[in-house]
Amino acid sequence: MTVLRPGLLATILAALVAVFLLMPLIAVVPVSFTPGRNLSMAGDEWSLRHYRALIDNPAWLQGVWLSVRIGLVASLFATALAAAFSLGIWMLQPRLAGLYMGIAMLPMVAPPVVSALTLYFFLTSLSQWNGVIGYDTFMGVALAHAVMVAPFAVVLITVALSQLDRRIDLAARSMGAGLGQRVFRVILPNIRFGLGAALFLTFVLSWEEIGVTLFITSVNAVTLPRMMWMGLRDNIDPAIAAISVLLIVIVALVVLIRTAVQLRQKGDM
Amino acid sequence: MPRRNGRGILLTRGGIMLRSRLLLLAPLLMFLALAYLLPFLGVMRWSVTLPEPGLGQYGTALSDPLVLSVIWRTVRICALVTVLAVAAGYMITLLWVRGGPWMRLFVELCILIPFWISVLTRAFGWLAMLSNRGVLNTWGQDLGLLAEPLTLVRNEFGVVIGMVHFLIPFAVFPLASAMRTVDERVLLAARGMGASRARIFWQVFVPMTRSGIFGAMLLVFVFALGFFVTPAILGGGRSVLVAELIWLRIFQSPDWGLAAAISVIMMLAIGLLLMLTMRFAKGTGR
Repeated sequence: MTVLRPGLLATILAALVAVFLLMPLIAVVPVSFTPGRNLSMAGDEWSLRHYRALIDNPAWLQGVWLSVRIGLVASLFATALAAAFSLGIWMLQPRLAGLYMGIAMLPMVAPPVVSALTLYFFLTSLSQWNGVIGYDTFMGVALAHAVMVAPFAVVLITVALSQLDRRIDLAARSMGAGLGQRVFRVILPNIRFGLGAALFLTFVLSWEEIGVTLFITSVNAVTLPRMMWMGLRDNIDPAIAAISVLLIVIVALVVLIRTAVQLRQKGDM
Repeated sequence: MPRRNGRGILLTRGGIMLRSRLLLLAPLLMFLALAYLLPFLGVMRWSVTLPEPGLGQYGTALSDPLVLSVIWRTVRICALVTVLAVAAGYMITLLWVRGGPWMRLFVELCILIPFWISVLTRAFGWLAMLSNRGVLNTWGQDLGLLAEPLTLVRNEFGVVIGMVHFLIPFAVFPLASAMRTVDERVLLAARGMGASRARIFWQVFVPMTRSGIFGAMLLVFVFALGFFVTPAILGGGRSVLVAELIWLRIFQSPDWGLAAAISVIMMLAIGLLLMLTMRFAKGTGR
């Protein structure tokens, strides 16, 4: 039990930081209801025109749909590769495990802009060979996102495996289970929450990826973040405020529901 | 060659099994080698061949006044952002780890909700808050506090605010794990010996969380160096950082060789920084 609780001063300072953290998320709301064409606050008159614009302009829906598809491909691909890799490290414990891990972590540790330039080089080179996987294509973006999010999947799955008791695997093997049975019927079912977390995180990271996407797309593969970026750079389009409100509401709901579920589980125990 | 598995038991099964297990490692490593390592070598080649062979672009990157001023501004802003984000993170983590149950819950939501919201939405939130017709300036003028709008974005102030906001949650996690390991009995002993609350905090608690502070500062600083989106939106092209300079040199006024050279320098700098800290961490661990 914590005996020394933070005092009044500490509480006030922390509250200020909390306000600072939430401030920009709340500021979006009055801007999204403005009747004006530019970024301004809704005064006496509130308007839904910018929410309407999200529906009327098919580009927004196309961006959302493209981002969902890219997120699905990238997260499935990255999680599958990361699961095989982490399993390999866990089962084999190769002498060069540190080196392999270092390579797998590289896209996460390197500055995003360097990764972006690297993937730009990769995709423009591929474009010279084919039209399917390359610069400004669906598959190109999905592959680039898979590179960027794979390290996060490796981290989550490795953590899940490190909490798994090796004796379960040893028992399965001593009872004559082959490699396939051990992996698919013993190990993977035991780390299913880690795999689920990896899929979820990699999907979210791909869904909101913008740093690399800016380098590797121009007019064809316009993901939702790319679309928002175009509306943010020069003349600020208040439709961005409307979509931001929607995104913030979704995230807040998911986090709140998750916290409520956790509280209930704790209460039941 | 016989191999040992994790528990030191000799594997006597056939070589096929060993190879099939190496097949687990291969796909990701091959994928990253093809899609990341090889292209990075390509970027390195750009840096020494474009526009002409030689190390000229590295010379430019390290002597051109424009590039140097951008590097200097990046280091300055990142240092400021690191100090601010870790200080703010420390304040809120203190309540998250040591507050009452309801306070903990509230603080957790304040940290997690912004953490899961994308960098673009958060940067836009600051535009909505700080721009000329944004919330702060509109309220300020309506209440008569401001005669005319303050310029709060499209300058360094906006960049620093946006970056600090983005990075606070990243500072919180290492700080929280350090604060959770603080032994309660040491604090009680300090109190028992008559130390004031302020003294317990500054002379006992803060030194005991030093490793967390150090880890948080490193993480935030490394993240901040590669920042692109927040400075580009909140700086409005007036306060260009290194990452945005690379983007400009690729897409706006092309000079691919220079962009590649700056990228290689950046990669080296961050690798060096990480290596130094690992050595430092080992040194203090002994």
